[in-house]
Amino acid sequence: MTRSGMRALLLALVLVTSTACAGWGGGVGAGGPNSINVLMVNNPQMVDLQRLTAEHFTKQTGITVNFTVLPENDVRDKISQEFSSQAGQYDVATVSNFEVPIYARSRWIAPLDDFIAADPGFDQADILGPMTASLTAADGKIYGEPFYGESSFLMYRADVLAEKGLTMPAKPTWDEVARLAAQLDGARPGMKGICLRGQPGWGQVFAPLTTVVNTFGGTWFTADWRAQVNAPEFTEAVQFYVDLVRTHGEIGAPQAGFTECLNNMIQGNVAMWYDATSAAGSLEAADSPVRGKIGYSPAPVKLTESSGWLYAWSWAIQNASTKKDHAWKFISWASSKEYERLVGERLGWSKVPAGKRASTYENPDYLAESAAFAAPTKAAIESADPRNPGVQPRPALGIQFVDIPEFPDLGTQVSLQISSAIAGQVTVEQALDRGQQLAEDVAERYRSRLEGNA
Amino acid sequence: MTATADAPPTVTAPAETAPAPRRRRRTNAAIGLVAWMVGLIFVAPVIWMLLTSFHSEPDAATNPPSVFAPLTVEGYANFFGADGGATPWPPLLNSLTASIVSTAFVLVLAVPAAYALSIRPVEKWRDVLFFFLSTKMLPVVAGLLPVYLIAQGLGVLDNIWLLIVVYTSMNLPIAVWMMRSFLAEVPGEVLEAAALDGCSLTRSLRTIVIPMVLPGIAATALICFIFSWNELLFARVLTGTVAQTAPVFLIGFVTSQGLFLAKVCAAAVVVSLPVLIAGFAAQDKLVQGLSLGAIK
Amino acid sequence: MSTTVEKPASPAAVRPNEPSTLKKAGAWARRAPLLPALIFMIVVTQLPFVGTLIISFMNWNAYYPDERGFAGFDNFVRVLTDVNTRDAIITTIILTASVVLVSLFLGVVIALLLDRAFLGRGIVRTMMITPFLIVPVAAALLWKHALFNPEYGLLNGVLTGLFGENAPQPDWLTNAPLLSVIIALVWQWTPFMMLIILAGLQSKPLDVIEAAQIDGCSNWQIFRHMTFPHLRQYLELGGLLGSIYIVQNFDAVFTITSGSLGTANLPYTIYQTFFQAQDYGRASAAGVVVVIGTIIIATFALRSVSSLFKQEGSR
Repeated sequence: MTRSGMRALLLALVLVTSTACAGWGGGVGAGGPNSINVLMVNNPQMVDLQRLTAEHFTKQTGITVNFTVLPENDVRDKISQEFSSQAGQYDVATVSNFEVPIYARSRWIAPLDDFIAADPGFDQADILGPMTASLTAADGKIYGEPFYGESSFLMYRADVLAEKGLTMPAKPTWDEVARLAAQLDGARPGMKGICLRGQPGWGQVFAPLTTVVNTFGGTWFTADWRAQVNAPEFTEAVQFYVDLVRTHGEIGAPQAGFTECLNNMIQGNVAMWYDATSAAGSLEAADSPVRGKIGYSPAPVKLTESSGWLYAWSWAIQNASTKKDHAWKFISWASSKEYERLVGERLGWSKVPAGKRASTYENPDYLAESAAFAAPTKAAIESADPRNPGVQPRPALGIQFVDIPEFPDLGTQVSLQISSAIAGQVTVEQALDRGQQLAEDVAERYRSRLEGNA
Repeated sequence: MTATADAPPTVTAPAETAPAPRRRRRTNAAIGLVAWMVGLIFVAPVIWMLLTSFHSEPDAATNPPSVFAPLTVEGYANFFGADGGATPWPPLLNSLTASIVSTAFVLVLAVPAAYALSIRPVEKWRDVLFFFLSTKMLPVVAGLLPVYLIAQGLGVLDNIWLLIVVYTSMNLPIAVWMMRSFLAEVPGEVLEAAALDGCSLTRSLRTIVIPMVLPGIAATALICFIFSWNELLFARVLTGTVAQTAPVFLIGFVTSQGLFLAKVCAAAVVVSLPVLIAGFAAQDKLVQGLSLGAIK
Repeated sequence: MSTTVEKPASPAAVRPNEPSTLKKAGAWARRAPLLPALIFMIVVTQLPFVGTLIISFMNWNAYYPDERGFAGFDNFVRVLTDVNTRDAIITTIILTASVVLVSLFLGVVIALLLDRAFLGRGIVRTMMITPFLIVPVAAALLWKHALFNPEYGLLNGVLTGLFGENAPQPDWLTNAPLLSVIIALVWQWTPFMMLIILAGLQSKPLDVIEAAQIDGCSNWQIFRHMTFPHLRQYLELGGLLGSIYIVQNFDAVFTITSGSLGTANLPYTIYQTFFQAQDYGRASAAGVVVVIGTIIIATFALRSVSSLFKQEGSR
């Protein structure tokens, strides 16, 4: 290499190194006492929040917010890594009502009661009851604030049902829904009767599936920690679900998660869809081809009064954070009535992060835009009981999950079997027998802990 | 060179006679056709990614795929933060820094090490090579936690220098292996002749050996750059808001709630662009470097 | 004609009468250039490895910090008897072997094609190396959503285009998950193999081949007895490097199938144990088991089968 070439290389190296030095604890993205770091999932409501923060929060309070946005699976892994090691890299994270009680017990997140008391403008009483209950830990303190909440209900193409002369009952049962799915198969070219999730994941296929198990009279564990995964009720529920999806469900069911079913519904590939209430916002969006054509009815039941799930993407403050005051200011703004109004006016009322405040459902602007699904959503959330979702007592909280740390791993492993069953590679019995083994492992450990404490 | 001899199958234009060339040309043309088809098949997914990045979101998700949907730069606009989202420049800059600096470190460490394993080898050069290779046998995921804990203890989480150190250690074994092969190809006679002429060892290294293996160095540098730029797992776990790299930024567009294909394709095109440019610019160096034996 | 000059490996044997201090100084002078790289690698990789080793003997679950403690060989027993580990090992072997062998084969074929002169050869070579230059996680996303998707993916779209409305629309990821991952990886790694083989082809000893052709050897004979042996070390290099990277592959499995339907390979299983089960002890034990296994296989492969180590490069 020539001398001038060497010099050029050296110069480049020095430039690059000095740029890199800028990244040494500062630089691109900034630390500083008036900034907080937020780690959140990249759902549309969060992405909207990210867009509005600089202009509406930072300007008012002078607190810069640095976001890291990741897909759900990745963000959960990163959050658990971060919070379990109390690394202090992030001040706020989007956790759900699944993590909050667990993290609270391990003292990874900070209690919020003092902040709430000092911030009457936040109006904790306005937050829907089941939401607050699910974010309260065993010690009675509140550890998280919901950003948006959801339950589940049945969405159906009212126009297609009308064409076929069918009606949806006001409180449908699963048997009725199965019959309707059979009748709606092929109602339009290429249309299947129903879309149900089949993608592996404790939060994917098992969200709707566990609610079906609950309402068929099954449960993951009895109150004294005996696994019931291959019990008759659980088996009946899973067999029903798998059969329904295989005969009248969407193509590609074993890979279908929320997005795939949403896409199917929007493109008119399915006539019904049992899933989260938050889907309604996308279905009724201004550019949705099925806007105004969807009907909403409560989650189908069998042996219980209701079966909708309860889920809230919520904010929690890491205990190792040194900026808890700033963090609370951000949370207080993001979950406030003012923020909801801001989104409604700026981005449209169907994009409001709803499902957490009673006042949202009294806001005439919101109701005007979301008339179709506002009432069913609120009813679904209010009828959800995380302590008693089925016909028998449970050892832990949770409707569509069991609120124990082992559940993500357990649920995901069993869901792999369920997906294989939906794909027809194994029978339901085989899948659930394997699941029973895995669940018994977990149950045994809890039993021995109970005996150890007794 | 007789009139009936077949010309050797090489790049250089052979001196050919009348009956052979037509057969040769036809064979070559047939081969060329097959090669073109194979090349097109391999590049088709990338073309499709490029095309999809210029479609709107609903158009990108139609069944069957709409090839001729109207073109729009919506995906790119969103990627560059037009709708108020995050801008990609910090992550891109971080990736560039991490890749270039770690590649520079790798070369500085690997070339002398390779020298000590080939031209003037140490006694146990096979064991040393095997050791370098064995560092790549621990699954990256298994080593993740100790690295995270050590970094947390040292207070260097979310710091670009941590990534640089990690990437250097990631690429050094391969660089040592590659450079060793290149240096091993340098003929002993050349160095002996230079020594006879009175060149000191360092001077002969600098003026003779290094220029000889420059294509090899370029090839190694390119490989290291590619692997550093593309690395996702360490970056996702060890960085936060300050040191986020481009691939981590890219996956942030994959949402489970809504359409994202056009945006992700646009993001993938932009994030892959530096590597594509580097690869295309240096591809002949790459082949040349890997085939250093041809210099004899 | 030979690639290197055969020389004895031990430098000390060349100068038997040298005083020992000079010999030692000579030995250290030879080691000196190696030391920075060696020390760096030892510090940066062995410290974490020792950490992994220690944790593998501990009972450490992040959700139960009170139950942390020494666990002896419990974790190893659990890892080795776990059905998931067995499946993961088999999957890893199948995945690695298929991807390496198929991409090596394709790489050889394509390199042979590109070794001939034809119109636009440079363009074809550029097209061929493109897949390797796409960021792997982006490529995995591309395959999962834009190509394999049964509704709006390109593969099924092409089938519809070729065979009309009633074309088979297979659900690639459901019906052939491991094959889908293999296809995506082969697509990315064939260019890498092709480049290595092309390098080998363009460095083959031309004059010997020319002489053979003058003597009347057919193209096939030349390939079998001259080109192929010369290519052998390039094939081995490609196979070795490819294996190392694909055994470790995580992005493709994580992104395309999330490890479901029988595609969970060892890195994915370990990742799951770390991040979902938060069972650090068991995950570390699995990592240690993988290292030991790989070292055994690699030792056998490199020292007895491969010619890479046999090549004398010393002076």
